[in-house]
Amino acid sequence: MSETGFLDGKVPTGPIHERWTSHKFNMKLVNPANKRRYEIIVVGTGLAGAAAAASLGELGYNVKVFTFHDSPRRAHSIAAQGGINAAKNYKNDGDSVYRLFYDTVKGGDFRAREGNVHRLAEVSVDIIDQCAGQGVPFAREYSGLLDNRSFGGAQVSRTFYARGQTGQQLLLGAYQALARQIRAGSCTLYNRTEMLDLVVKDGAARGIVVRDLLTGEVSSHSAHAVVVASGGYSNVFYLSTNALGSNTTATWRAHKRGALFANPCYTQIHPTCIPASDDFQSKLTLMSESLRNDGRIWVPKKPDDTRSPDQIPEADRDYYLERRYPAFGNLVPRDVASRNAKTQVDEGRGVGPIKNGVYLDFSDAINRVGPKVIKERYDNLFEMYERITDEDPYKVPMRIYPAVHYTMGGLWVDYNLMSNIPGLYVIGEANFSDHGANRLGASALMQGLADGYFVLPYTIGDYLAGMLGEKPLDPADPAFKQSEAEIADQVNRLLAMRGKHTVDQLYRKMGVDVMWTKCGMGRNATGLTEAISDIRAIREEFWSDLNIADQSQTMNQSLEKAMRVADFMDLAELMCTDALHREESCGGHFREEYQTPDGEALRNDDQFAYVGAWEWTGESGQQKLHKEELAFENVKLAQRSYK
Amino acid sequence: MRITLKVWRQDGPTAPGSFETYDVPGVSPDMSFLEMLDVVNDRLTLDGKRPIVFEHDCREGICGSCGMMINGVPHGPERGTATCQLHMRKFHDGDQIVVEPWRSAAFPVIRDVAVDRSAFDRIIEAGGYISTPTGAAPDANLTLIPKPVADAAMDAAACIGCGACVAACPNSAAQLFTSAKLAHLNLLPQGQAERWARTEAMVETMEEFFGSCTNHGECREACPKEISLDFIAMMNRDYVKSKRKNRKLLSQIR
Repeated sequence: MSETGFLDGKVPTGPIHERWTSHKFNMKLVNPANKRRYEIIVVGTGLAGAAAAASLGELGYNVKVFTFHDSPRRAHSIAAQGGINAAKNYKNDGDSVYRLFYDTVKGGDFRAREGNVHRLAEVSVDIIDQCAGQGVPFAREYSGLLDNRSFGGAQVSRTFYARGQTGQQLLLGAYQALARQIRAGSCTLYNRTEMLDLVVKDGAARGIVVRDLLTGEVSSHSAHAVVVASGGYSNVFYLSTNALGSNTTATWRAHKRGALFANPCYTQIHPTCIPASDDFQSKLTLMSESLRNDGRIWVPKKPDDTRSPDQIPEADRDYYLERRYPAFGNLVPRDVASRNAKTQVDEGRGVGPIKNGVYLDFSDAINRVGPKVIKERYDNLFEMYERITDEDPYKVPMRIYPAVHYTMGGLWVDYNLMSNIPGLYVIGEANFSDHGANRLGASALMQGLADGYFVLPYTIGDYLAGMLGEKPLDPADPAFKQSEAEIADQVNRLLAMRGKHTVDQLYRKMGVDVMWTKCGMGRNATGLTEAISDIRAIREEFWSDLNIADQSQTMNQSLEKAMRVADFMDLAELMCTDALHREESCGGHFREEYQTPDGEALRNDDQFAYVGAWEWTGESGQQKLHKEELAFENVKLAQRSYK
Repeated sequence: MRITLKVWRQDGPTAPGSFETYDVPGVSPDMSFLEMLDVVNDRLTLDGKRPIVFEHDCREGICGSCGMMINGVPHGPERGTATCQLHMRKFHDGDQIVVEPWRSAAFPVIRDVAVDRSAFDRIIEAGGYISTPTGAAPDANLTLIPKPVADAAMDAAACIGCGACVAACPNSAAQLFTSAKLAHLNLLPQGQAERWARTEAMVETMEEFFGSCTNHGECREACPKEISLDFIAMMNRDYVKSKRKNRKLLSQIR
């Protein structure tokens, strides 16, 4: 904390394009021969975690890598479809590092740190080189050169992709690099092992406490530094596009040990998902945003129009995005597209059996370029859609609706990606750093890999250099033992209740009935206040009346889920608190009280141009707010307009 | 819909297992297969019984976590579809559905239908990568890759590592999995330097865990990503070439 009472993000000074270069030079280095004297723990093996672990292993550090999955390759990064941005300007269409920086700051609705974002844009070009070198099969032109497409609100073609499976291919690249280091012995993998606590002693992160998901054994691991790369918390909404295992437990438990949680209310709603069909629905499936490049979004002009889409003539259709935003049309940023869909459905023009979607229509594109080209671009997505809905999008328009997809908030980190706890680094979606209040399409993969490959491996050395000769804390230290005992208590308490409700029943109630309804696409003070008391009531029920029928300590999926849901319930309250305190609309945070006359988000830069970072003080609902001021020296504060 | 579910229940890796039968009323045709199991599990829990352990995560057919034998077929009756993408509309009211874990000595049962597939990771660790330390790569457009080559590499790289190929094989062979990764990397110009060493290391590691291929082709039929058998032929050719001329040591390209 600086003397002014504000958090210090430690962003270097100087011209924006020189900051990262000069910072890299100014940081301390660890001698190559000394690197093997250091132990580093990496939690999570998604893009950020696997990239970091592999890179640190290559440098010569001893790395312990933890994942709750059976294999690093299962991490949810694998499901990203559309692509990854990089300011290569291969298309000669005027892209540059500065333009990617500018678009990201503006797209984030002026709630991100300029210094971080510029660095992200700078290293984006290295990521593509790195991944192509690893053999990621990016899409190619017939010339053999890399292909690009325009994506999610960008006016240049800077998105690299591997069919509709870009995340899969990038993750496999990072996983394979990690596998090479596991083979070489520099990285040790602990699979099916879940981090349940961070151990802090003498003001620094010293290690983690984990539970073996096959045996139930709780054990401690110490290191010179801990890197948390455990992803985002979209599953607080129960229904989201995240994998069912994605959870907040690692970040939340670090928060409870003192790490600040920044901007928890910034959640991204992805505009193109398949609408929910019924109560048994376990997750929502995303249809890549790239579909908006060729699909046209519309609803019938008349509410309650029961005609099938092909029977509705042009005159009776409202292509509402093209009408309201002629410059960007169907490619407006995600938050704008989502909110507009919600308005259409709320006003009764929704389509589908329960009127909870809008059409995404490919018939014009199919007529223009032919079914073969469309098949080439989107075949796997069309197939996935048909499998789920039993409708053929080559013939019938898709039905889509927004769903929670990504969380911009996360643990607070400084420019070095270190949290306020020395020695605790947070990378990828788990941190809050680069996307402000809204993330642009194809930027999540970019940030995960930037942090893992090209930022953390430099910045962590600056911290470690000062610890030369220090031994990691003994895993038998009382700090570890106490945490182990607390975890055993929690497990026993959960198993002993034998109450009336299953984990999913209460989880659904909290996520869908409370969070999605009152802290979702639109929020207001009344709803948020209600939500906080609703969450407290459900949490009460959870901790008194939960039924985990499986009493075993071995592979016990109900118990694993119960522990994750317990953390989501605490986080949910903090999200509502944060959303309530932020009396403005920005990016993914839309407060209904604060909007322009034509329904666009209305920021309040005078009062809220800061990062809101919350400190745990011992009890849910009692967190203390710290602020980090945001300065916009390069991109002028302006109302976003996509008209 | 009302179905009868016959599920393999096994408490642990060394415990004996047996089939349990469950009557499942109130199944919607729009449910995914895993959502149907969720419903069964919630009912079991409320009855105080132990829910069925099965692995799953992304539920959109890409993470490769899920997978079970459904009526004797890996991932069930729909071609090119992982269990999580299979929907109950593919079954009929009154059907009996038999659910078992992958059956292979290389994939020991952990609990119920969850198995340990870490042998796949060992194969990748043996050589399933192109050694490009972070920062060492040249500009991405410096290496031209003809579109058909990139497309073929992508076809192979689409493998999700679910293990259906092994489960379908009468010999529990992992040729389709291994050859898919080999083809992905060996087809690309970046992969040439390590091509022969990679092929030998991965094939030999595979053989430590899995059975031999006798060209039944069941793997291809079961594969949710419909990975081509051609890749197995490419792997066999590369392996023989590497062995016969000991090219591994020469690092030759042809």
